[in-house]
Amino acid sequence: MLTHEFMRNAYLAGSFVALACGLVGYFVVLRGQVFAGDALSHVAFTGALAAAAAGIDVRLGLLVATVGVALAMGLLGERARPDDVAIGSVFAWVLGLGVLFLSIFTAGPSGADGTTAVRVLFGSILGLSAGEALLAAAVGLLACLALLAIARPLLFGSLDPEVARSLGLPLRALGFGFLTVLAVVAAEATQAVGALLLLGLLAAPGGAARLLTDNPWRGLALSAALALASMWGGLALSYAVPSLPPSFAVIALASGAFVLAGLSRIET
Amino acid sequence: MTTELAGVSWDLVGDLEQLTEFPFMVQALEAGTIVAVLAGVIGWFMVLRREAFAGHTLSVIAFPGAAGATLAGLPLAFGYFGACAAGAVALAAVSHPAAGARRGGESAAIGAVQAFGLGLGFLFVTLYGGQLGEIESLLFGTFLGITAAQVQTLLWVAVIALATLATIGRPLLFVSVDGAVARAAGVPVGLLSLVFLLLLGLAVAATAQIVGALLVFALLVTPAATAQQITARPARGLALSIALALLVTWLGLGIAYFSPYPVGFWVTSLSFGVYVGVRLVLSLLGRRAEPLGAPA
Repeated sequence: MLTHEFMRNAYLAGSFVALACGLVGYFVVLRGQVFAGDALSHVAFTGALAAAAAGIDVRLGLLVATVGVALAMGLLGERARPDDVAIGSVFAWVLGLGVLFLSIFTAGPSGADGTTAVRVLFGSILGLSAGEALLAAAVGLLACLALLAIARPLLFGSLDPEVARSLGLPLRALGFGFLTVLAVVAAEATQAVGALLLLGLLAAPGGAARLLTDNPWRGLALSAALALASMWGGLALSYAVPSLPPSFAVIALASGAFVLAGLSRIET
Repeated sequence: MTTELAGVSWDLVGDLEQLTEFPFMVQALEAGTIVAVLAGVIGWFMVLRREAFAGHTLSVIAFPGAAGATLAGLPLAFGYFGACAAGAVALAAVSHPAAGARRGGESAAIGAVQAFGLGLGFLFVTLYGGQLGEIESLLFGTFLGITAAQVQTLLWVAVIALATLATIGRPLLFVSVDGAVARAAGVPVGLLSLVFLLLLGLAVAATAQIVGALLVFALLVTPAATAQQITARPARGLALSIALALLVTWLGLGIAYFSPYPVGFWVTSLSFGVYVGVRLVLSLLGRRAEPLGAPA
């Protein structure tokens, strides 16, 4: 399997993206920010297609859109607590904008077909070139390191914000830093599993780890391990069964792990 | 095709004649009208009951349903309605108060289920080997392919759904506004919730066929939310919700016909624009309708 270059690239990029998703996802579940991850996945779709329509690098569009929206959410998050109706209305509109960019792009002079949209929505990890895979791996590694660097105060701030605040921890700055890392990871994961499925890779391993252990450090490691295992297993599965899209296989394994974790908790 | 696509003029009557010249456009307008009325009514109850997230989940389930029906060679409507009805029953089972899990775990579960559903839909489309345009129209809607038979199915579904809602409307309103008192008065709260979720599934499935699985919110939530910003009275709010849904659907279809951009974009933008506009005006006036059934 690893004699094929595209599989080696997929494993290289996929491993680091999965590690980053697992680490960030644990915090996303811990801090109750699954909805923020959902928002970022919608924005990723629109950002990537806007960049494609404008003829810019799709990855740049992804990064700018997700980081920009993450910072805006951080700013609004303190004061405004928008209800799900407002959030849903904004989401629908953001996706509608994405459709607009999609049609501009497909009708544009580049004469592109609809594959870009499908790649953005559902990922294209098997289509990465060696350079792209290396870049994705490097960014994933950086995101992991950045998160681990702030992991200790972030855990403290997430679990017990009152005490953390009274000890003088810069909670606001930490929240911003976390949202930025989340945005970068979302942009990376969009290339691997797609904008629509990245929520699964963020929420499922983190949720499973939360169900299996109450120790945050063990949970963090478990979440990363589950994400990595889903990615490796999913890639191997889609290689063995060619009609299985890799992003589906990865998400199916991650969701399966979550369901198993839930069942084990019910039994004990 | 040569003369008809001349573009918009200020001759509104002429534009309307041009709009209704093609059967596909007439069918799209008929289907859009049915869906807008249905979505306006059910959406109003959904926003009142704070079940927007359930609507979101059901709309995500609509995609694998439709894709699976295509793969199995079944009619598309069958997939939409079947998947959404099954999803509604499952949601009713999960959202039972006794099954209330830890909050973080619950939203993680919803996220995982949504991603899995979308992935499943993608798998079905890939297995079908269909054209890429197929995914887009399932996710983002199309008004080109609506057949007369589809319009008829939509009409029957809407009539049944609205008739059911009319019979349970009064107790449902009671339960939605004040669940505890309604339960004490002997209203079958659990049964009503299940029936409403089923109706919501029907409405989502019908809406998804026009604006696509991902944009259902634009018709189901936004007009209803706008209406509830303006008035808290049920009869007026319902009428306003229907009117707004009809307005954005008709305008969206009309503009999409004359413009190169897709109908999903126009419908979402129009309804979002109205929502934002109304909120701005109300906040400028310093007045907001007291939301019905909101926690005090």
